[in-house]
Amino acid sequence: MPFFQHFGAFLLMLRGMFTKLENPRMYWKELMHQCNELGIGSLGIVAIISVFIGAVSTVQTAYQLVSPLVPISTIAQIVRDTVILEFAPTLSCIVLAGVIGSKIASELGNMRVSEQIDALETMGINTRAYLIMPKILACLIMIPLLVVISMVLGMWGGRFAGQAAGIMSYEVFDRGLLKEFIPFNVTFALTKAYTFAFIISAIPAYYGYHVKGGALEIGQSSTRAVVTSCITVLLADYILAALLLD
Amino acid sequence: MIEVKEIQKGFGDKTIIGGVSSVMETGKCNLIIGASGSGKTVLMKCIVGLFEPDAGSIIYDGQDFTAMPSVQRKSMRQQIGMLFQGSALFDSLTVAKNVMFPLDMFSRMTRGEKEKRVDEVLERVRLDGAHKKYPAEISGGMKKRVGIARAIVLNPKYLFCDEPNSGLDPQTSLVIDRLIREITLEYNITTVVNTHDMNSVMEIGDRILYMHQGFKEWEGTNQEIIHNRNERLNAFIFASEFLRDAKDMRMLEMRGKISDQRDMDELLR
Repeated sequence: MPFFQHFGAFLLMLRGMFTKLENPRMYWKELMHQCNELGIGSLGIVAIISVFIGAVSTVQTAYQLVSPLVPISTIAQIVRDTVILEFAPTLSCIVLAGVIGSKIASELGNMRVSEQIDALETMGINTRAYLIMPKILACLIMIPLLVVISMVLGMWGGRFAGQAAGIMSYEVFDRGLLKEFIPFNVTFALTKAYTFAFIISAIPAYYGYHVKGGALEIGQSSTRAVVTSCITVLLADYILAALLLD
Repeated sequence: MIEVKEIQKGFGDKTIIGGVSSVMETGKCNLIIGASGSGKTVLMKCIVGLFEPDAGSIIYDGQDFTAMPSVQRKSMRQQIGMLFQGSALFDSLTVAKNVMFPLDMFSRMTRGEKEKRVDEVLERVRLDGAHKKYPAEISGGMKKRVGIARAIVLNPKYLFCDEPNSGLDPQTSLVIDRLIREITLEYNITTVVNTHDMNSVMEIGDRILYMHQGFKEWEGTNQEIIHNRNERLNAFIFASEFLRDAKDMRMLEMRGKISDQRDMDELLR
């Protein structure tokens, strides 16, 4: 199917989500379930990668900064900005595109193939609203929170690695963290987080919802969903950086 | 009663249903039979609104379903229960929660009332001990019964069953067929069943619509189907050697009952 046909179908899917809800309580329940599944369920992997990314950033920045003229606390500044601007929002979301994206695409694909979506439609339920909207909203709520957690854990990992590797003490690292902090960086990171949250939930939902065939096609759509999400995240990352950091 | 008028449906250039008309009567099991790929499932999905027909109309007790605005159609759908070929149970929910789902979504009952209703329908399909089991933990026949329970929990006026016996052994198939028939009579609903199982045709088929390559080829009762003279239908019915033998046996039985030699010759021919 050509790109514009996919894009049109994607927009129609999004438009189809906005109808009168059959029973708002059930939608709220589903939203909470998805927040737990997609958000809390991804906390572990986000925590692990964040700590290690922060730690590696500290060690590698120290390795590159060999000039005695540059104060050692600059390493903490570099780690802080790198983690806030790029690693926490982008790298976490690339990993989440794999974790959440494949989960959404395969869950919806399985529901489509096993006629569960048809069963809901027969009951008179708008499946776009009931199955897709809570997933997108859950990601919009939980992913920015995960990104904030990732920022904190990334810096904590860097701080710990700095001390453990004998690069600098906690006090020096903390001093560097507080030096020349630009609050807009956090706004920028959260803007990216919201954008990526939409991308890594809506694109896999589209691929999963429109699966045709059987188990093989579910796997294929899941892979396509993750690849497309990752590429779109990177593209959006560049566009946002060019627009907001200019 | 459901009236299907000149329904047409195609995908791309391929015509799947080519102008089918029929009447599905209330309180009866209306069967749609035909070989695989004859358009039975597409016709059923058009009737329940999962597919939009290209032409024609579907009338539920005088109300034109195809011309209804989406809001009215949504409320109409709450009067429709459907059993899918693979049961289509929600994997993440227990049997009781699967059955309770339509109640949670559409009814204003209290928790206790809902639980009572779930107990009633599960008992009705003879599954009273399976409340806490997940779909993966129960057999194919049990899944079908849960599917039926979920389909009837809102007291629908119309029940659709897409190949209810697929993947079941003959004994379990019979149980499912009889259950569908009992429910149809008990609730006086319009039941439409898609099948290619001839046992079902003889067991529950009050009205039978035979489809061939997207067109209505024959229509009648399960008594009439035995004496039909449609070559395609007979080729479909008596495709197996066993059934051909059974037909011959039935012919021999009838030979004794028919006095007029001309009638008998005609029948045998």
